[in-house]
Amino acid sequence: MNSVQPIIQIENVHKRFGKVHALRGVTLSVQRGEVLVLIGPSGSGKSTLLRCINGLEHVDSGQVIVDDIPVTQSAKNINAVRAEVGIVFQQFNLFPHLTVLQNITLAQRVIRKRSAAESEEVAQRLLAKVGIPEKADAYPAQLSGGQQQRVAIARALAMNPKIMLFDEPTSALDPEMIKEVLDAMLVLAKEGMTMVVVSHEMGFARAAANRIVFMDEGTLIEDTTPAQLYTNPREERTRQFLSKILH
Amino acid sequence: MPDFGSRAVSLPPARTGRALPVNLERVPWWIIILILAGVLAALVIFTSPDYTSIITLLGSGIYLTLYVTFLAYFLALIFGLIAGLMRVSRNPILYTISTLYVEVIRGIPLLVQILYFFYVIAPFFADGFSKGIAITLPNVFTGETLFSATLRSEELAELFRSEVNEGIIALAIGYGAYLAEVYRAGIEAIPRGQMEAARSLGMSYIQAMRYVILPQAIRIILPPLGNDFVSMLKDSALTSAISVKELTLWTRQRSANTFRPLEHWTIAALLYLVMTLGLSLIVRYLERKFAIPK
Repeated sequence: MNSVQPIIQIENVHKRFGKVHALRGVTLSVQRGEVLVLIGPSGSGKSTLLRCINGLEHVDSGQVIVDDIPVTQSAKNINAVRAEVGIVFQQFNLFPHLTVLQNITLAQRVIRKRSAAESEEVAQRLLAKVGIPEKADAYPAQLSGGQQQRVAIARALAMNPKIMLFDEPTSALDPEMIKEVLDAMLVLAKEGMTMVVVSHEMGFARAAANRIVFMDEGTLIEDTTPAQLYTNPREERTRQFLSKILH
Repeated sequence: MPDFGSRAVSLPPARTGRALPVNLERVPWWIIILILAGVLAALVIFTSPDYTSIITLLGSGIYLTLYVTFLAYFLALIFGLIAGLMRVSRNPILYTISTLYVEVIRGIPLLVQILYFFYVIAPFFADGFSKGIAITLPNVFTGETLFSATLRSEELAELFRSEVNEGIIALAIGYGAYLAEVYRAGIEAIPRGQMEAARSLGMSYIQAMRYVILPQAIRIILPPLGNDFVSMLKDSALTSAISVKELTLWTRQRSANTFRPLEHWTIAALLYLVMTLGLSLIVRYLERKFAIPK
């Protein structure tokens, strides 16, 4: 495997939803081990871009290549990519009919064909890592939002992904639960996980991100480092946006 | 899922100082009346030799009613699941076939469906299997025959000659269309994020349906499934029209032979009531047992 080759390559991607032109020729690449934070006003296409990486949205033109596999309509390719790419959603999307442990073991058993004992061991280890080992037998509805989101992170990690995507992971949380989720993400970033994070959590961006990308109206406006972005953004639009979110 | 637990509203303390220890408006009076009526009916039935003999004689009708109901419902659950999955499928062919099935069946009275199956469809298959049905699979492009066989089986033909089987299959086809819509509604009630989460973990559409969507959908649709089960028990009486000797036909024959319609039909009605109430209780128990812990 070529380590210089970017693990995610997005080339001139366009995406339309009916009349809305959500992505207008986006080109972006992410290196192994990089932590990239995507920011931008709502409707700027950042979640759509993220969802194109694991094929939850199909691109209209251009291409997305993840770990040398093109993310096309082919079901085989998409499933191959998805097994390597974990995603954490704004609404957690835990499976409410399964316990926390079963949520984490299900895909390991069905997709990775691990034994019950092995997948449970992995699940317990990951629950300890995200700080809630005692919740293995609880059902999602019995957990707080922050705990649910940490289970969602553990569920994605159980597949040993090479890339983790986060789609506004703290936006649906009460303020006092945001930190516990960000802490779990920070640990991952420190371990060298490749991460693409859609989030306006500037504290996280400052602490963990190598790169920060500002998007507006379906295009990339600025691609820089967090330090550079906060102290001296190049573009006027970035400036305006930052003045609205940093108060 | 949003967490509302932290903002739970505290309810005012329950009012005390009532004259009665129970709230009279909350007592399920209908159950008490039913139980009293049941006890009264049981007393009458078991003290009168006439009623006792009627109930014993109608017993074999009950057996057939339950047999037809359970088997037809089991088949309807399978037909409904298949048609329901086809209804939510994005494949236009599967969607069209299942929609045709659902719309056609739901537009025809169940009694007419049963008679149609008995007089038209079943004889067609019975004759066909008895004489042999030729199956050929032509190559669409060249016209040459790829596969050819004649399916001939007296056992299969016999299957379509028994009126009990015919009644079961006709009921199952009829109810399958209604259950398909129940399944569809249940699947569509599951938030889209569930499918996305399952697919994102690398599951195929079928795996996601099996492990994530259907287990949740079935819990949601247990009450309507239970209602249809009870309806099926009542509609099994329609098979008396094609001479299935279940409870209704049995009662009709016995009451005609003995010139005692009042006693026979009263007993038949009571027996149906006991069976439907019993099934309702089982369904409620299942709902509670499979509820997702909150």
